[in-house]
Amino acid sequence: MSDAEQITKKFMYINRKAPYGTIYAWESLEVVLIAAAFDQDISLAFIDDGVYQLTKGQKTEAIGLKNFSATYRALGDYDIQKIYVEKESLETRGLTLDDLQHLVYEDEDDDYAEKDSIKLVSADELGKIMEEQNVVLSF
Amino acid sequence: MPLEVDGKSYETDEEGYLADLSQWDEKVAVALAKSENLDMSDSHWEVVNFLREYYSEYQIAPAVRVLTKAIGKKLGKDKGNSKYLYELFPYGPAKQACKIAGLPKPTGCV
Amino acid sequence: MSMLHTVNKSPFNNDALSKCLQCAQPGSSILFIEDGVYASREGTTFTDSVKEALKDKQVYVLQPDLDARGMNSSLIDGIKTVDYSGFVDLTTEHDSVQSWL
Repeated sequence: MSDAEQITKKFMYINRKAPYGTIYAWESLEVVLIAAAFDQDISLAFIDDGVYQLTKGQKTEAIGLKNFSATYRALGDYDIQKIYVEKESLETRGLTLDDLQHLVYEDEDDDYAEKDSIKLVSADELGKIMEEQNVVLSF
Repeated sequence: MPLEVDGKSYETDEEGYLADLSQWDEKVAVALAKSENLDMSDSHWEVVNFLREYYSEYQIAPAVRVLTKAIGKKLGKDKGNSKYLYELFPYGPAKQACKIAGLPKPTGCV
Repeated sequence: MSMLHTVNKSPFNNDALSKCLQCAQPGSSILFIEDGVYASREGTTFTDSVKEALKDKQVYVLQPDLDARGMNSSLIDGIKTVDYSGFVDLTTEHDSVQSWL
């Protein structure tokens, strides 16, 4: 099947859990990395405690778990360019975009310019984007 | 089956991947390569070292597609293609090179 | 009798913290661990109730769990950090421990 014939669907992965306390965040990230091989239109949403997955400065040596916060920075290499962070979830947690890692991708259509992957959206805006998806997966 | 190098024993999983990343050194890499019937050339080392750097930065072994693209960017287009990488690592650059680099099997690799 | 209360869940998706704050008596201690450490940050919707608890209770947070989550800055004033051996000390200094799971 050539690229032109291939059917591309819109997949959204919704992350609502904090990292480390439960396994959801890491499981979601692994599924995303695997799914990225299938050339689909992928987006990630971080809402509620999911926003904690993206915080800067995570250091896990003392709790003996793998620091997978570094792996979010590889998402650009996997052509994942749409990462939605819900605004209200950040605000109720006393966080701003500055508390999150700076995630980027290279835009092939714009001479490989580095662009921000994270987009801050309201719950209402996110709801509309969710409705546009063919497949929604929840973690 | 544990891997024996210079009288020292290293634990591996059922597919021969090193159990403890931190035990890796160049001698272990050569032994792991030998178990894959490969002799390590400078070109092999280039890819293995690249993988180790990628892992230390991102905490994952990259998928083949990502590895190919990233190698092309870092080491040049003549190396960033699957033909070159499969010539070095006939059983798959991600799978075989990761094993030699002492990394876990790439996520999503079966 | 003084009691140590531990909370290991994020206050945002579990009512362990809220219930702990309702039950904990003056003079008792509260320790945030694991995802419970998110409650120790300034500027959240739970900050006021944690500050209220600080008026007559000791509040602690486990440093390794703060580090893991990148939550080292903006700690609420008055909360003390402890390491694992400090955690052990707290359990021995108190008569009993209630874990809000």
